[in-house]
Amino acid sequence: MIAIIDYGLGNLRSVQCALRRVGAESVITSDAGEIAAADGVVLPGVGAFWRAMENLRKGDLMEVVQETSLNGKPLLGICLGMQLLFSESDEHGRHEGLGIIPGKVKRFTESLLKIPHMGWNEIQQQNPSLLFEGVGDGAFFYFAHSYYVIPDEPAAVIGSTDYGTTFASAVHAGNVFGAQFHPERSGAVGLTMLRNFCRLCQTD
Amino acid sequence: MLAKRIIPCLDVKNGRVVKGRSFVNLRDAGDPVEAGKQYSDAGADELVFLDITATLEARKTILALAARVADEVFIPFTIGGGVSTIADARGLLSAGAEKISINTAAVKNKPLITEVAEAFGNQAVVVAIDAKRQAGKNGQWWEVFISAGTTPTGLDVIEWAKEVEELGAGEIMLTSIDSDGHTAGYDIKLNAAVNEAVSIPVIASGGAGGPEDMLTVLTEGKADAALAASIFHYGTYSIADVKDYLRNHGVHVRS
Repeated sequence: MIAIIDYGLGNLRSVQCALRRVGAESVITSDAGEIAAADGVVLPGVGAFWRAMENLRKGDLMEVVQETSLNGKPLLGICLGMQLLFSESDEHGRHEGLGIIPGKVKRFTESLLKIPHMGWNEIQQQNPSLLFEGVGDGAFFYFAHSYYVIPDEPAAVIGSTDYGTTFASAVHAGNVFGAQFHPERSGAVGLTMLRNFCRLCQTD
Repeated sequence: MLAKRIIPCLDVKNGRVVKGRSFVNLRDAGDPVEAGKQYSDAGADELVFLDITATLEARKTILALAARVADEVFIPFTIGGGVSTIADARGLLSAGAEKISINTAAVKNKPLITEVAEAFGNQAVVVAIDAKRQAGKNGQWWEVFISAGTTPTGLDVIEWAKEVEELGAGEIMLTSIDSDGHTAGYDIKLNAAVNEAVSIPVIASGGAGGPEDMLTVLTEGKADAALAASIFHYGTYSIADVKDYLRNHGVHVRS
């Protein structure tokens, strides 16, 4: 069973539909006990960083996510959910994140770029990761975001993407994974990636 | 590098796909979920469903449709038509839509744009602008029309586009009423003017007759995405035809 954390932000149903398609049972939940009992955890999210952190705090969900990262259970942050894993963001002022992966979140600044970065872009695979097993290097994934992560540790970057600058579009540190793109909306390659994640949830 | 997007649009009435010329003379063109799935398999980058159902009661079918599409299709899809409250937006996004598009309600109730953007993120908010060429004292301009292209607003399209960006829209879907359904090409000047005025992505809509029209609007028109209905629904061109043509002309598209 995979827990999709419901903290009032994000398109949770599309994540659940995609997990169902790859044969994984999942539950959309805001219950810390249910999250702690799951085989794997997905932290989705869209919208503002500060509001997401506020909602996680109000829902007493910060600790359970942080504990998941420490107890070896696979954890996948998607889009804003990935950004929340980091130490801090400068979206609407400086805000602390979950601090699971050291690094920060900043806005695209190149003035000639359209923001949000919206649409299909290529991921160049960096360090090998089980998450990308069966996914070709340079495969297109669907993005919709205005901020991106800068991990302190370059080894955490498993995928990078060019949009004015080269940014970390996928990260992996131990049992913790982050995808700046939306695998649940990225067609066949996205489903392959989710299937890989689900497989890790079963074996761990 | 970010790819230019090709987006089939499905006008949905009472749960069926229809497409007309300049918003009249609708013809039935199939089941929305089946059509969506086929387009997704064929390489469409996104889907847009526009609900043109008239009655409030029948509108509930669009929620069910959003849920069915989310179950079967794993590329982004936008639902528009009749979204006038935050509750409408929440319903569609919770059902699995990636974005909602707001047209008439955005003009009548501007704070709605900001409200939805704050609740669900800018990327979830598409403002649809229906533009009609008008002759003015200082030359040609484009006027914003609402209520399915029937009602002039007096608003200048360029000014309105800038305003919706400030209000929190994440994207603009720009339809030329003059070109829509005529398959004689997009309004390139309109698209270029709006793309130069805003820094959010713009989806060009209205007038696609073939791949060469899409090439023109994505290059000269500077659009980020090209939307089409008729040419895809009636099989005049496939998504692959369009993408091959664009690729051969140096446009970066998703393979």
